[in-house]
Amino acid sequence: MTGELNQAALLKERPLGDLSRLSSRALMFGGVGIAASAAGYFMEGTSQFFQAYLIAYIFWIGLSLGSLALLMIQYLSGGAWGLVARRIFEAATGTLPLMALLFIPIALNMETLFLWARPEAASDPVLVSKAAYLNVDFFYLRAALYFAIWIGLATTLNRWSKQQDESAPLPPGPMDRRFRVLSGPGLVLFMLTVTFMSVDWVMSLDPHFYSTIFGVLTVGGQGLATLAFTILTLQALSNSKPISEVTTAERFHDYGKLMLAFVMLWAYFNVSQLLIIWSANLPEEIPWYLERLQGHWGPMAWFVLLGHFVLPFVLLLSRDLKRHGKVLSYVALLILFMRVVDLIWTVGPVFRHEGTAHWLDFATVLAFAGPWLFIFYRNLGSRALVPANDPYFKEAVADGGH
Amino acid sequence: MAHHESPSTPHHGLMAEFDSAQALLDAAHKVAGAGYTRTDAYSPIPIHGLAEALGMKERKVAPFVLMGGIVGMCTGYGLQYWTSVFSYPMNIGGRPFHSWVSFIPVTFELTILFAAFSAGISMIVLNGLPLPYHPVFNAKRFSLASQESFFLAIEATDPKFDAHATATFLASLHPREVVSVDH
Repeated sequence: MTGELNQAALLKERPLGDLSRLSSRALMFGGVGIAASAAGYFMEGTSQFFQAYLIAYIFWIGLSLGSLALLMIQYLSGGAWGLVARRIFEAATGTLPLMALLFIPIALNMETLFLWARPEAASDPVLVSKAAYLNVDFFYLRAALYFAIWIGLATTLNRWSKQQDESAPLPPGPMDRRFRVLSGPGLVLFMLTVTFMSVDWVMSLDPHFYSTIFGVLTVGGQGLATLAFTILTLQALSNSKPISEVTTAERFHDYGKLMLAFVMLWAYFNVSQLLIIWSANLPEEIPWYLERLQGHWGPMAWFVLLGHFVLPFVLLLSRDLKRHGKVLSYVALLILFMRVVDLIWTVGPVFRHEGTAHWLDFATVLAFAGPWLFIFYRNLGSRALVPANDPYFKEAVADGGH
Repeated sequence: MAHHESPSTPHHGLMAEFDSAQALLDAAHKVAGAGYTRTDAYSPIPIHGLAEALGMKERKVAPFVLMGGIVGMCTGYGLQYWTSVFSYPMNIGGRPFHSWVSFIPVTFELTILFAAFSAGISMIVLNGLPLPYHPVFNAKRFSLASQESFFLAIEATDPKFDAHATATFLASLHPREVVSVDH
């Protein structure tokens, strides 16, 4: 980057025009999604609707939680990639209260979704032995605890960050060290809560199945989706100040490299799970894969392999592609779409032994986009888009370093 | 060795010495801006953006790494396929001979191994290493390039090179000194 960046100007400039355009587009798509989902609720029945609701819910909370994790990671690691994307992560963690609210429909329809919550679970000896953990009251208590921890971390980090914007620029010291002091233990709490969350909300859909890597797999998927979303957001804002000043080819290259790493990480976790279950060949575990790799769901497994790993992997190997924000954002869009498909492939077979993806799955994903993105863009517009008061900002971003 | 052949130029070139990384980087921008192409820079520390400043855009290692990776992948999978299906098939727990799931780790490892080897080896070969003799070591103070000084050389084979004009140009960049480097 050539020339000095004016830090005071960076704190003032906000692309409110871009944001309100993006926001109204999100509300329009969301409105279409909500109308389609409502129609689906009456046409396709409660069960089909809540399956789709859960898939969309897990997808969107993945973006909120992935942002919380990356927000804490960038405080610990430092670097220009984190400084430029920090406001996006912060704005996305601001959707967690909304996601807590949207969890209520799931909590009120336990029997529709969770086999172990139905009365007939009492006659299954395996489920009886798991009932100490898998019971509705404890499930509610855990969910409340997860949200308390996530919202607590997100609001504290956001509040401190707002104070940093409003105060005069300070040299490195206790006021920025506290971000790291919280983020370290925060990430440990994050890994634990998201692992339990994925067991509760996704893995327990098939209460006989268990996989110890399931939580890590969920975290990997969240990180991947969040990086893809960050690339898309930066690209959408890259034509106006202040993002145009700080988002260079170098930055897109960084996010592209991170996205490639997460594509590989996601594949690595998946192969680990498959390899262990395939080698053990145990009657508790193997039916989960037999259902998903053979028969009606088999073609979708190939689709996930090609679209979620092979294609993005080969494309992201190219250095030129990673440095080109517009082309990179198409790959990011593909990855977000494949995240939805992967979730359908994970959740769907629990309920649908004959069918595959349902149109309602996509309608609910679109429906969530409305309120989630509305709050996200509102949060993004309420603050300076660049953390120019961070004591490391000048060194990392303004001088064109890493 | 190179200095036993008769060189096409009277000298290897001219070399300017600078006191700081920033001074070298600024000078590199000006040298490339003046149209010099056969240049090289020497520094005790890696300097971000120096190669780009001198206009070095070629990335010759990348295709070798890609080819190494593909060859490694085929070798890894092929080795296991050949041994498990043709050469020494064994029935393990009733699983098929072609157990592709269990082939993945070794395939992945060999992909990385071959890619890493081809990265290292192609980097060494493309750099012309090992290189027992290089004229820049004839410059008296050049050993400081591994300690505290920063050097920028313009070779005499550069089409824009002119012993007098280039020396004047280098002197205008505020170096510590400019020396002529013998073959």
